[in-house]
Amino acid sequence: MTTINKRELIVSAIENGTVIDHIPVNTVLMVLNILGLNNYEDEVLIGINLDSKKYGKKGIIKVRGKYFQQHDLNKIALVAPDATLIVIKNYEVVEKKSVQIPDKIDEILKCINPNCITNKEAIKTKFTVIGKDPLKIQCHYCEKSMTNIRFAE
Amino acid sequence: MANLKNKNLISISDYNKQDYLEILKLAAEFEENPRQEILKDKVVASIFFEPSTRTRLSFESAASMLGAKVIGFANPAATSQAKGESLHDTIKMLSSYSDIIVMRHSIEGAARYAAEVSTVPLINAGDGSNQHPTQCMLDLYSILKTQGTLENLQITLVGDLKYGRTVHSLVEAMCHFNATFHLVSPTALKLPSAVKMHIKRAKLKYYQYTNISDAVSVSDIIYMTRVQRERFSDPLDYEKVKDSCIIDASTLEGCQENMRVLHPLPRLNEIAVDVDKTPYAYYFQQARNGVYVRQALMSAILGLR
Repeated sequence: MTTINKRELIVSAIENGTVIDHIPVNTVLMVLNILGLNNYEDEVLIGINLDSKKYGKKGIIKVRGKYFQQHDLNKIALVAPDATLIVIKNYEVVEKKSVQIPDKIDEILKCINPNCITNKEAIKTKFTVIGKDPLKIQCHYCEKSMTNIRFAE
Repeated sequence: MANLKNKNLISISDYNKQDYLEILKLAAEFEENPRQEILKDKVVASIFFEPSTRTRLSFESAASMLGAKVIGFANPAATSQAKGESLHDTIKMLSSYSDIIVMRHSIEGAARYAAEVSTVPLINAGDGSNQHPTQCMLDLYSILKTQGTLENLQITLVGDLKYGRTVHSLVEAMCHFNATFHLVSPTALKLPSAVKMHIKRAKLKYYQYTNISDAVSVSDIIYMTRVQRERFSDPLDYEKVKDSCIIDASTLEGCQENMRVLHPLPRLNEIAVDVDKTPYAYYFQQARNGVYVRQALMSAILGLR
């Protein structure tokens, strides 16, 4: 076993899967939701309020038996911009990745314009990211741009 | 040559400079010869989910002059939407009855969504406060006709620059043609920064004013819009500014010979009737140009020109 952080072991190691580290404590459940882990059938370990040198307190999620595509992981950049993804195979760290705000965001957000068609009919939302710092997105349908992000329920 | 066959027109940004020029060239041909039966076997669905006089009649007139059959409705109360049918289902059905759909809707984004559902091309005739691209095309055509060019013009935009969708689209389109913008509005109704970004990105200049008289002498085009009382939370604020964005014949003294006044209509008091008799008034011809531009759009999108 190489460099799995001892602090991560507090939550328990996984043989194969993904560790999502450095999640802000208040967005751990959102990350679960964004990655669709609410209905995942294998083991998901969640740690909240773990000590972090860099952030004070942090959250962590370990998902057994699952590897994510980069574009799925990038969606969590909206709520956990400093998250680190650690790919584990055979208890060993084989890859570490960071997340990046994607250029397009589908489904997970809600348009803030109450008169947008996506708030009137059952339509999956689509947004284009037009600014990353600060985050600014534009609705594909009503074309309104917005800086406050609202997640679909 | 731009190929616009089957290309939806939802937002002015869907088309590029080449596309605009292609449509304007075609519109000029239709102005020469507006009655030709090139859409004889075609069915145009004209569906207006909210009332409109000019846009609907201009589309239907344009289609009829080209020999198309026009189906549709001007009043959603008489449709299955009133019974609760979704826009999705209405469009699915209509796209199997027609060759092209012209749609106005009060909900923003309805046109983009309808185009995704439809199996035939769709032209947005206005979706809430979002886009009204055919108005923009006819504005461009009117500017081209009155100035002989679209390049390097001094464009003055007056009135409600914050909420006016025609103003936003016109700014975006004129950024392709090296325009200089003169923006005249009450402080509360200034052009939004998102629209100013188009000007900045194109490295063009804009100047802001609160009174129209300051911009008259430099203008090639004065594009008037309504300042609506309901945009002001305090009625006193409206009273203070309501006269700063209106013109009469005397306001236009000292303007350039080639200057023309445009307005998407309907007008209220922002253009006094004495302007109508001056050589600068162009708003009624502008409305008529809508027919030729819409003929050009329908025939290009149906691949018949």
